[in-house]
Amino acid sequence: MRKSEQRDLFPGALEMMILRTLKRQPLHGYALVQHIKRTSNDLLQIEEGSLYPALQRLLKEELVKAEWGISATNRRVRIYKLTVAGTRHLEREVSSFERMLEGITRVLARGES
Amino acid sequence: MNWLKQLFSRSRFYNDLSDEMQQHLEEKIEELVATGMSKKEATAAARREFGNITLIEEDSRTIWRWPSIESFFADLRYALRTLRKSAGFTITAIVTLALGIGANTAIFMLLDAIRLRSLPVQDPQELAEVRITDSGHQGMGNNQQYGELTRPLWQEIRDQQQSFSGVFAWSVNLRYLGRGSEMRHFHELRVSGDFFRVLGVLPFRGRLLMPEDEGACPMTRAVVSYPYWQSDLGGRDLSPAIKLVVDNELVEIVGVTPPGFFGMVVGQGFDIAVPFCEPKEGLRRDTFEVSVMGRLKPGGTMQRASTEMDALSAGAFEATIPPGRDTRWTETYKHFRLAAYPASTGVSSLRDYDRSLFLLLGIAGLVLLIACTNLANLMLARASARRREMAVRLALGASRSRLLRQLLTESLLLAATGAAMGIALAQSLSRLLVWSFSTEGASVTLQTVTDWRVLLFAVGVAALTCVVFGVVPALRATRAEPISAMKTGGRGTTAGRERFSLQRLLVVTQVSVSLVLLVGALLFVRSFRNLMTFDPGMRESGITEAFLGFWQSNLPRERWADFQRELLDEVRSVPGVLNAATTTNAPLLGSSWEHGIRIGSQEGNSKFTWVSPDYFETMGIPVIQGRSLTPEDTASSPRVALVNETFVRRYLSGANPIGQTLRTSPEPDYPATVYEIVGVIPDTKYNDLRSQTPPMTFAPASQFPGQGPWTVVMIHSNLNPAAVAAAAKRLIAEKHPDVLTQFSDFQREIRDGLVEERLMATLSGFFGLLAALLAVVGLYGVISYIVAMRRNEIGIRMALGASRRDVVAIIVRQTLVLLALGVGLGVVLALAAVRSASSLLFGLQPNDPLAFAAATALLVTIALVASFLPARRASRVDPMVALRYE
Repeated sequence: MRKSEQRDLFPGALEMMILRTLKRQPLHGYALVQHIKRTSNDLLQIEEGSLYPALQRLLKEELVKAEWGISATNRRVRIYKLTVAGTRHLEREVSSFERMLEGITRVLARGES
Repeated sequence: MNWLKQLFSRSRFYNDLSDEMQQHLEEKIEELVATGMSKKEATAAARREFGNITLIEEDSRTIWRWPSIESFFADLRYALRTLRKSAGFTITAIVTLALGIGANTAIFMLLDAIRLRSLPVQDPQELAEVRITDSGHQGMGNNQQYGELTRPLWQEIRDQQQSFSGVFAWSVNLRYLGRGSEMRHFHELRVSGDFFRVLGVLPFRGRLLMPEDEGACPMTRAVVSYPYWQSDLGGRDLSPAIKLVVDNELVEIVGVTPPGFFGMVVGQGFDIAVPFCEPKEGLRRDTFEVSVMGRLKPGGTMQRASTEMDALSAGAFEATIPPGRDTRWTETYKHFRLAAYPASTGVSSLRDYDRSLFLLLGIAGLVLLIACTNLANLMLARASARRREMAVRLALGASRSRLLRQLLTESLLLAATGAAMGIALAQSLSRLLVWSFSTEGASVTLQTVTDWRVLLFAVGVAALTCVVFGVVPALRATRAEPISAMKTGGRGTTAGRERFSLQRLLVVTQVSVSLVLLVGALLFVRSFRNLMTFDPGMRESGITEAFLGFWQSNLPRERWADFQRELLDEVRSVPGVLNAATTTNAPLLGSSWEHGIRIGSQEGNSKFTWVSPDYFETMGIPVIQGRSLTPEDTASSPRVALVNETFVRRYLSGANPIGQTLRTSPEPDYPATVYEIVGVIPDTKYNDLRSQTPPMTFAPASQFPGQGPWTVVMIHSNLNPAAVAAAAKRLIAEKHPDVLTQFSDFQREIRDGLVEERLMATLSGFFGLLAALLAVVGLYGVISYIVAMRRNEIGIRMALGASRRDVVAIIVRQTLVLLALGVGLGVVLALAAVRSASSLLFGLQPNDPLAFAAATALLVTIALVASFLPARRASRVDPMVALRYE
């Protein structure tokens, strides 16, 4: 079977960023891509091919919910919102990510000295 | 039920998704247009960046699915479509599987009913039977069928035991219902008072028997089984007015047992159940007539019960020593031990057929294997036809496991349909099997049902067949190299050798397995024929056996012997009767009568039969030394006897037997008696065609000490047995309306005793031929396939000058190689396999050369005929036509 998603970073990174972005404010798909791109200073380019499957996964796990609304550009869009479960999941993911990052950083620092 | 909601709202979800993505794309385009691109350029750029919209949509959708289940349903739909398209193949496959699985399941159902199923009583697994270890009592005293202990022993156990929460005893007998010549048999179940309570059987009507129903004979109350109530009492309401004459006594029917309850004997229901009663003269201590069972106390184990039974053995046997026996007998009796055995499945004489049934199951399994191999070959052929399809799909990126799954779904569908039809078929097949075990004398009442064991068996068999005929071809089909498959399209001059080799292997297997089955079939058929044509040393045809009972005539005991002679004279006066004689034991029908004897200083046993003077003449047994019995041998004359040659060899070691004496050991009713040997007869079979002839003694009926109010008359006549029986029955009914008469054709009764052999011969013969047929069909298919694949090659050969004969020779040679391999392997397998059947054979060795030769010849002949057809077709190939395809 085809791999359903190309992950640039590591498993879960995209979901984590989506959740973090949505925590600040509910957004629709296009705005999400733009926001992540802008915030990361164009370092991260989210492909639509990854975004939509990821959003569906989050929807299925009920970490986000979606509603049809009107965007700033007066377009009918589907706006994603973080759920309570989503908030909790994000916290857990972020803290475990930070621990992992700390570990990696230490190993890298030791390797240098 | 979140997933359920998802399942139903899914189409809306999908619509949302595509709308949303469409919006996304448009927004993107707008943005690009805002940066100064033309609308057209912007659309192209946005689409490029976005990627494959359909793919993204599909990926997003799969998140919501259970891919494995949904693709399974898709496979199923696809398989249904493919199978419908090739209806011929599908029908062949399903019918083959249905027959194969049906036959196997039917035999298993019979085994399940006879051996595995528990009795329809409360918590059957708690039941235990108390028996003498190693069946040591067999041949001592009187033994009834299923009789393991004597009534006095039962009473000892009942009063002493602690391990069981309840105990009961029972026996089954064939008794008489009604009066005089109107009497008929019924199956009596005789039970101790606690029988129904301990088993937890509740009445269907009225009440069942209770401890207070036990008492002095005669009994006046009984209960009937549900089938008997339905058939003979018409399902009427019970009332004290309904009375039956059971064994000459009036009894009231107080209840009906529930429909499923058949007693303790699997395969033989009961009609009427009566309570134990105590006869005036007391209980016999030497008649092993009852089976004793108990229900283990909660938490009790069989082991503990056995230990307890062992502990009370000594006391119980000591307290119940049968009187009037010699010391050797008594000592043996005192040293018997009791033990408890699991009894959850009841008892059954049908279990003697176990080995035959397991063998038949094996045979049917092998036939199914051959049938599956044919299917596998068909699947292989289909697989090569679908090589291109598979290659294209592989090339388009389908994974091999995905294709495998799809092909296996097809096999699974076939196997499941075959199994379902097989289970349906097994219902009637198993009934047919039960019916074939029944004889006129003894009907087998066995309910075969489709319980979880049967279902599990059928499903297991189906799964196995699926593996055999599905997996290998599927693996083969999906191994296609896309490039070569698509390039050649299967049009090489000769197809790859490797691809045939599997088919060849399958055919060799088929031939060898079918040879094994043919050899087995011939062995059983020959064995059955040997039994049917076997000369037991006495006349079989033209003999009618008559049982005459006169216990309702109210004659004094002293008159019995005279009355028996009167009845015999009447029988002899019937027109068409050439000769007739009474006997105390009809030969060859299973019953046995033995006494301990002493000749000089030697001790031993001999079969004893008391016969009237014309017995030997009636039965066509010559007297080879000394004299026969005569009317001058009377109750008051010296005791005389004839013995058989085995007796002379065993006890007289070649000395002249005439004038020697033998002395019987004393038994109740049979005091020690000295007989003078006056004649010798040749060895005849005793109670069974298969057993070795035992020492036998024949004494005059007039000197029989145990005369009862009944007799057996053997009638020799040149009329047909039914006519003789009718004439004799009419005559006796006229003169003595109180006398019970039963007639049977002696030869037919002997043949009824061969029911197991007959079944083995018929079924193994049928399966053997079927196996051969299937194997030949398989061979034919493979040869045809090879011929089709070698068309080009044959065309070239013929163009280069090969004659038709040469072409036929090429193909036949190929067949011969396969056959030789198959037969060689088959002979080796058969030699190993038939050893397990040796004890079931009569009059021939398991490695009987005739059976082997005939099986091989038969198989080779039909195989050659079958391969000649495709060979001839090959020789008709027109080289021009064959080569034009190139």
